[in-house]
Amino acid sequence: MTALEPGVDRGPSDRGPIDARPIHHGDVDLRVRLGSLELANPIVTGSGTFGSGAEINRFFDVARLGAVVVKSVTLEPREGLPTPRMAETASGMLNAIGLQNPGIERWLAKDLPWLNDHGVATIVSIAGKTTQEYRTLAEHLRGAPGVVAIEANISCPNVEDRGIVFACRQEATREAIEGVARVARVPVFAKLTPDVTDIADIAEAAAAAGATGVSVINTLLGMAIDVETRRPRLAAVTGGLSGPAIKPVAIRAVHQIHQRLPSLPIIGMGGVRSVEDVVEFLLAGASAVAVGTATFANPMAALELLEALPRWLARRGVASVAELRGALVGGEPGREPGREPGREPGREPGRESGGGARPEAT
Amino acid sequence: MSAVVNRGASPQGRPDAPLRAQCEVLGSRRLGPYHSLTLVAPDVAERTQPGQFVSLAVDGPGTLLRRPFSVYAVSKHGPWAGTVEVVFDVVGEGTRWLAQRQKHDLVDVVGPLGKPFPLPQQPVSCLLVGGGYGAAPLLYLAQALQSLDLRVDMVLGAATSERIFNAMEAKRRASSVEYTTDDGSFGSRGRVTDVVPRVLERAGSGVIYACGPMPMLAAVSRQAARLGVPCQVAVEEAMACGVGVCWTCVVPVRRGEHVANLRACIDGPVFNGARVDWDRLQPAPAAPADGELTP
Repeated sequence: MTALEPGVDRGPSDRGPIDARPIHHGDVDLRVRLGSLELANPIVTGSGTFGSGAEINRFFDVARLGAVVVKSVTLEPREGLPTPRMAETASGMLNAIGLQNPGIERWLAKDLPWLNDHGVATIVSIAGKTTQEYRTLAEHLRGAPGVVAIEANISCPNVEDRGIVFACRQEATREAIEGVARVARVPVFAKLTPDVTDIADIAEAAAAAGATGVSVINTLLGMAIDVETRRPRLAAVTGGLSGPAIKPVAIRAVHQIHQRLPSLPIIGMGGVRSVEDVVEFLLAGASAVAVGTATFANPMAALELLEALPRWLARRGVASVAELRGALVGGEPGREPGREPGREPGREPGRESGGGARPEAT
Repeated sequence: MSAVVNRGASPQGRPDAPLRAQCEVLGSRRLGPYHSLTLVAPDVAERTQPGQFVSLAVDGPGTLLRRPFSVYAVSKHGPWAGTVEVVFDVVGEGTRWLAQRQKHDLVDVVGPLGKPFPLPQQPVSCLLVGGGYGAAPLLYLAQALQSLDLRVDMVLGAATSERIFNAMEAKRRASSVEYTTDDGSFGSRGRVTDVVPRVLERAGSGVIYACGPMPMLAAVSRQAARLGVPCQVAVEEAMACGVGVCWTCVVPVRRGEHVANLRACIDGPVFNGARVDWDRLQPAPAAPADGELTP
């Protein structure tokens, strides 16, 4: 059952680059800063994997997490897609929910008060069908108490209204994020899809449009077929792939964005299940790490990771989680010229994202 | 041995909150074509009511998600610590792994989950209709109804005689049991709905409880509506989490003019059959990976 024991740590390896004495886990500083957003610790939840917060609070005090990123909210209530909405695949799962949610008004009236009553740092995920909808959603959230940030889900591949994946185009990304950033009074994160040619280009567009940071990655679009019935295993035919199967893709995406935009805050996610996975995301360049599908397998996964992290760091003498961010050894670009992010032959980085400037979000 | 590992707010203080525990296997046995697993889980057993389910972590190759199973039996008292027994069909890597667990192995359990069958508020004769191993939670329900001194009759259906679940136990827990098989190898040939009207009339049943495949539940619910008998169904739908956060296991349920997709894991798995919008459900839902994601 190792898969369900994120706290298992066999101790530091002598291959480690850090030559430090172990410290007490109580002395590890878990605070992280993502632009103007300060979190008590780097463990947050993946949108759409933690319900409204109340469901998992039956298992542990969810206010202990750095933040709870709630299931995406839309302007109008949505009943979502028909079933089957889920198919387990090798070390992963496909889902096609169709953004079922109560709509922003009911969410503000019912779910947010619960989160505030329980002292939860809430990040609201918003999803729209048009640029205007994103902006309108952000307007609804102006002055909403307890909301510490907005995550603009501009990459959900499951909406019934197919063809609109904002995060596949720099222009659409910029328009959606600009609208949100202009009216929001809290930091804005753009949730990006990995289903693009160059995710750093999209991150650049989001940052240029005023995003505080990015959340990477959303699910990968996938499909599975029941060979006996010859039917797709999802009613929606295609759906989002999540779980450990996608973690290397997510690490690569975080790394590429961090290489291009070293100061852009990143919330990393995709297949996080163990404390080593959390550290891997931090080393790739993430400041915070979201636990998603792991919560489905173990409702206490996020808490177990939060408790395991300081112990893991303490054994290696790491006094502050923040110092791990981007502390990758040997990950500098340039070793493989053809694959160097943003410098492919014949392409000028930043050109499409408006002005060619390298935005440096703070 | 069973170590409850919930922590935090006040879950232990709420008697209805699900628990997570590492539970020792007390028994693992074949029941005809099915498999039964009995777990030492006193705290879970104490809280479990008929119709509720538990989800078990599995560790088969490439598996990720828990497997939810309706509870077949609980023992809350007795010389041994409380136990929970589930029944499943070995159809994939997850259930294969579970079937290979041996006495004293540990299994990670979350439960009890979901809403139980509502028990009658006044004396009424109850008809229980089960398909395949969907009969398992009904046998647990029959026990609860018997302890309320209510008459219980059962109709159990399956594809073949061997897939009729635990006919012996059904006889002990019901005033009458009728069987139907698709191939006529046991009981009468046909579907449960072929015999329900006859049993209903003979037993004077005032309520129907059903559990089994979705097409069967649809047929029984429609029939109950025609006959004017209230009908509670425990549904099966593929679920990833079992605790209300993934929104994969939804069932369309009428609320006035509106149809809401309710989560089988937290709003169900027991629903009023008359309220489920059966027409909206896929005609034949594709089987989930393991075909084992009951309820």
